[in-house]
Formats: sequence, structure tokens, C-alpha cells
Amino acid sequence: MSDNLISVNNVSVNFDYQENFLSKKQKIHAVQNINIKIKKGSFFGLVGESGSGKTTLGRAILGANKISSGNVIFHDDDKDYDLTNISKLELKEYRKKAQLIFQDPYAALSPRMTVRDIIAEPLEVMKITKNKEETDERVREIASKCRLNLEHLRRFPHAFSGGQRQRISIARALVSSPKFIVADESVAALDVSIQADILNLLKNLRKELNLTYLFISHDLSVVAHVCDVVAVMYLGHIVEIAPSKELFKNPRHTYTKALLSSIPSIDPEKQSKAIELTGEIPSAMNPPSGCVFRTRCPNPGHDCKGGDIEMGLIEVSPGHWVDQCCASSK
Amino acid sequence: MNELLKINNLDVQFDTDEGRITAVENVSLSVKQGEVLGIVGESGSGKSVTAKAIMQLNPGNTIYNEDAEVIIDGENVIKFTSKEDLKKIRGGKVSMIFQEPMASFAPAIKIGDQMVEQLLLHKNIKKEEAKSISLDMLTRVGITDTEKRFNQYAFELSGGMRQRAMIAMALSTMPKLLLADEPTTALDVTIQAQVLKLMKDIIKEYKMGVIFITHDLGVIAQTADQIAVMYLGCVVEKGSVNEILKNPKHPYTKGLIAALPDVNNLDAPLKPIPGNIPSPLDRPTGCVFRTRCPHPTKEGKEGKIDMKLVEVEPGHWVDQCGAKCG
Ligand SMILES: Nc1ncnc2c1ncn2[C@@H]1O[C@H](COP(=O)(O)OP(=O)(O)OP(=O)(O)O)[C@@H](O)[C@H]1O
Ligand SMILES: Nc1ncnc2c1ncn2[C@@H]1O[C@H](COP(=O)(O)OP(=O)(O)OP(=O)(O)O)[C@@H](O)[C@H]1O
Ligand code: SF4
Ligand SMILES: [Mg+2]
Ligand SMILES: [Mg+2]
Repeated sequence: MSDNLISVNNVSVNFDYQENFLSKKQKIHAVQNINIKIKKGSFFGLVGESGSGKTTLGRAILGANKISSGNVIFHDDDKDYDLTNISKLELKEYRKKAQLIFQDPYAALSPRMTVRDIIAEPLEVMKITKNKEETDERVREIASKCRLNLEHLRRFPHAFSGGQRQRISIARALVSSPKFIVADESVAALDVSIQADILNLLKNLRKELNLTYLFISHDLSVVAHVCDVVAVMYLGHIVEIAPSKELFKNPRHTYTKALLSSIPSIDPEKQSKAIELTGEIPSAMNPPSGCVFRTRCPNPGHDCKGGDIEMGLIEVSPGHWVDQCCASSK
Repeated sequence: MNELLKINNLDVQFDTDEGRITAVENVSLSVKQGEVLGIVGESGSGKSVTAKAIMQLNPGNTIYNEDAEVIIDGENVIKFTSKEDLKKIRGGKVSMIFQEPMASFAPAIKIGDQMVEQLLLHKNIKKEEAKSISLDMLTRVGITDTEKRFNQYAFELSGGMRQRAMIAMALSTMPKLLLADEPTTALDVTIQAQVLKLMKDIIKEYKMGVIFITHDLGVIAQTADQIAVMYLGCVVEKGSVNEILKNPKHPYTKGLIAALPDVNNLDAPLKPIPGNIPSPLDRPTGCVFRTRCPHPTKEGKEGKIDMKLVEVEPGHWVDQCGAKCG
């Protein structure tokens, strides 16, 4: 039996883009040649700039995005699901086991459904429960695990605060007893206190329900506190992966260093030591050759400038992987 | 002196199917020329509603109290109703950067055309001049290839670029007062740092007054001069950034600071403020924070102390109930 729940092998996702019907079709390289393994029971973090491909990768793992090349394997206890080669029936099974928690707790909840109906919907759609009594029981069980007031199940979502709405969407994601959860910016819209509360909830539920998470965020300080392992993305590539503490103590890739140094300090007098980046993020239609970060890198190594060294991760210490160009240039 | 904006005793309510919701209660704030006021507070605390009241952008079901004042340049703009009057605030004197960058741009109109159109609406200038101002602003916010971007649609830009284009559009009319609602929330920290630096430069150069709304205390610490902390529609504490962040008095402000993830100690557990935010339909009487206060006074807990800001140090204001329980 594998220790891993998810293996992502050489996965690329491209989108077609055409400016107008006369112009040439172009490819957006949203996710390029990604390899990751997500351990059972882990909290795997994915950070990176806007547009770097985090959501696209998350959706590919959930089977919600077409995978252009490579494959994704979900290692269940009794069998493996290969998402690039999966029957309709298996995909249905997989959908129960892998769920998404939405980014925006306001937009995600239908305003005309009661909280009970919102949470119950996946059970009914996937025909998991046999009758209304069973559905109600399951809804109440998961709602109380997510610390929702059971008397409020008949209310509509607009009567709830952002934090409570986020708990409703978590309950909805967990109601079908999934094993794997993708949480895409699930706390970005919330203030720090509610963020902390939701993250603690996710952490506790992990033990209680045996969950594995892929946690997508652009907030490094949050990621560092909850995730065991963090992968850093830039322009479709993973440029570094390491256990959280190792990544914070010993970042190796220049982009990771820039990210860590740019976390704004709460002390107004503290002089910022941020590594300043300038220039624009290159287009995903036309990424630079070699190191994708080199056009914005504040101090590219001698070998990087030509863009001849191909992207690829190498292991610099146990579990700590860095793009080979950056690892060797200093 | 030279106060650009003064909000006095603002209440904002909404009529909804389930009854009347109080979104903002008795808020008083002011912004001087060249000053950045940061507003922090959790989701639903009334930050956006307050900013929208300044530009009269709240929807039809909004009710303002009779004695509310939003004074810009000596005029109480909350009483404005005519198109002519509203034109003076929207885009002329005051500009707003919205929480959702997509919402600021019409999807089917090119970025450049929108910028030009907005300038022509508010300034007495020719089209060519409007175009050159717009291109110049795009360059200043760090966008290269400005001619190309000028002819693109919002959805064709990356998130960071879109956000910068929105900032350029808001700044191009040289407003006296800029309302920036979570302008950097969707950005990673490196791009955020780039955008904040540029905003600070432009604010300084044109001596704008700014309201900067965010839930990120780190961003506030690095950007604002003054800070107002909102909870459930009320300002519970305000003062200079230094004073409030180093010497917070209200239990909610203290809780917000304690809840910040400490990047220097990754083993420390995250510490949320216990309890839940009440629904806007069951607002507590007396101190709005009392249902979650860790060490309430007896009267405070019973809701017997009305909300009222008192000055505990020169320029440092705290709600009287929160000042006592500590
Ligand atoms: N359906 C689509 N069609 C075309 N391009 C797309 C589509 N979805 C994503 N993209 C492009 O793929 C790239 C990666 O986008 P993605 O949404 O995965 O980024 P992200 O890392 O999640 O960013 P953010 O932090 O802003 O959410 C971007 O260049 C984006 O414009
Ligand atoms: N048009 C409306 N009708 C009814 N209620 C509204 C309306 N607009 C806002 N509200 C309510 O007013 C309260 C304050 O909302 P506001 O948008 O100002 O919060 P915020 O502090 O900006 O939060 P966030 O950080 O999530 O943006 C919330 O309870 C919200 O649900
Ligand atoms: S590989 Fe070279 S160019 Fe790329 S980030 Fe590292 S030092 Fe900079
Ligand atoms: Mg995304
Ligand atoms: Mg808001």
C-alpha cells in the first residue's frame, strides 16, 4: 500500500487561446510538467503568485480540468484511480472521495436555499443517502462537527457572517465523507481571527475524519502554520518544495526568498528588508526559456541568463527540492 | 485643520426580507490631506458600506440617518441627490478602487476606452489629452507595453495587472480623496509590495487623502498613518497606527493582533478570538463585542454600557466599555 494519496506525474495543462477568429491559435501554458506526491493525512500547501496555475492544478487533480499530458493517480485503500484513464462510473466514485471547498463563501452559497438544503445537496445529487431521515441525520452530524448551530439550519445564508458561511461550505464539502479536500483560497477573504478559527477547524477535522488536504493560498504566513509541506509555484512551474519549517528557515529559490521577505510586518517602524521585484510577470502564452523567473530575478546567476538550463527539480536535502538552475547557480 | 473628509454619526441600515439590518452605527471618522486612514475589521463589519456611503454607492434599499454628515470640502455630500451634485464626488473629487477588480471594468469595453471615457466625463479636456494621461498613468503603475494593454479587455490581463490598471484608472482623475477597498487582497506578497510602494509615491506626490480598507494588519502597519478598527458596524478603537498596534486597548483589537500568524514561531498555535460574530439580525445591545469578550466587566456583559468612544491618550480613542474590561 502506498503512503501517498495522490501522485501527480509530469502533468501539464494547456488552454487554447485565440485573439479573434482570424488570428492564430495560441497555447496558454497554465501548468507545466508538475510532479508532486501528497502523503496520506498531510496538509499540502501550494503558494505562488496570481496566475501561476494553482487553481488549474487543483482542478486537474479533482478531475475538473482536462490534463494535457502526464497523469494523476489517486491511491485509494483498495484500488488506484488514474484520472487520465477513468471510466464514467469510476469518476462518479472519485467525485465522492475528492471535494473542493470554494474560494468565496459569499458567492458559493445559493441565497435561495436553506443551510440544511445546501449541505444536503451533494448527498442527494450523488444518491448517497437512501431517504430524508438518513439525509437529515448526516447533515446534522456534519454540521455539528463544523460547529454550526443546529437551530440555524433552516435559515438562509445571508443571515450568516463570512466565517459562518465558510463553515457551511466546509460542511457541504465534507458531507459525502471525502478523503481528499482541495481548499482553494478558502480563508483569503476572511480576517485573521476567523482565518485562524477555520484553519484550526480544518486541522481538527483532519484527525477526526482522516482527511488529506491540498491547501491553496497566497498567504505564506498562514500556509506555514498549517501545512506540513509547501510547494511554491511561478508561471506554471513548481520552483521549490520543502517541509514548511525547512522552507522558512532555509529557502533556496530566489522567488521563494522574495516571497518570504515581502510578508508585511505588523511593526510600522520595522524597516522593510524586502527583496524588491520589478517588471512584469511574463505571459503564460510565451514563457521565458530556461528559468521562468529569470526576467524578474534580482540577481540571476551567470548560467541563468542565457536561459539554456531546463527547469527541473533536484533534491538538495531530504524532502527539499529546488529548481536545478537556481540550486546550481549559487 | 485642512480636513478633507469628515464623517459624523453615520448610521447605515438596509431593508431586507428578514427585516431591517444595521450595517453601520454611529461612525465618525476624518481624513486630512496627505493622510492615509486604514480601516480594519472582519468580514461584514461595515468597512465597504462606510466607503460606499461616501460616494453614495449603496443600493436602493439603504437608509441613512437624518443627522448623518459626510463632509467633503465643507459640503455634506450625504444629502446630495441631483446628478450634477453626485458628479462632483464620483470620479471628480473622490475615486474608489473596488474590492473585486473585475467589477470596476465593464467586460466588453477595452481598458483604454474606459479610462478615456472616465476622464472626459470628469475633466474638461480633449480626447487626445485624456489618452496621453491614461497611458502615462499605466506606465506609472508599472505596466509595460502600455499601448497594447490600452487596447485589451480586463479579462485578458492577469490578476496583478488588472489590479494595477484599476489603480491607474482611479488615480488618473487626480482625486483629492481616494477610497481603496482591499486593493491588494488578490495579489501575492511580492506584487503587493510593488503596488503598495507605487501607491504611496503617488499619494505623497499629489497629497491625496486616502481610506485604505483591508483585513491585513501588516499592510496597514506599512501603509497607514491612522487606523480605525471596526466590529459589527461600529468603530471600537482609533488612533495613530503606531499607538494602536503597540498599545491596543480594546479586547477586539488585541484579539486581532494575537490572531496574526507568527512567522517566527511556526509551532505556536493559531489563536482565534473565541466565539462567533453575531448575525446582523441579532445585534447585541450595549457593547457590540460583549458576546465574545474574554474578560467583560459585569455591566458590560449585561449590555448596560452604551457604545461611546472616549479618549484614553491624546488622539487614541477607545469604546468606553472596551476601555474598562481590557
Ligand atoms: N479556462 C481558462 N481558459 C483560458 N485560460 C485560463 C483558464 N483558466 C486559467 N487560465 C489561465 O491559466 C493561468 C493560470 O491560472 P490559475 O487560475 O490556475 O492561476 P492561480 O494561480 O489560481 O491564480 P490566482 O492566485 O489569481 O487565483 C493564467 O494565465 C490564466 O489566465
Ligand atoms: N445591499 C445590502 N443589503 C443588505 N445587507 C447588506 C447590503 N450590503 C451590505 N450588507 C450587510 O452589511 C454588513 C456590512 O457589509 P460590508 O460589505 O460593509 O462588510 P465589510 O466590512 O466590507 O466586509 P468584507 O471584509 O467581507 O468585505 C454585512 O452584514 C452585509 O451582509
Ligand atoms: S535560476 Fe537563476 S534566474 Fe532563476 S531564480 Fe534562480 S538565480 Fe534567478
Ligand atoms: Mg486561483
Ligand atoms: Mg468589504
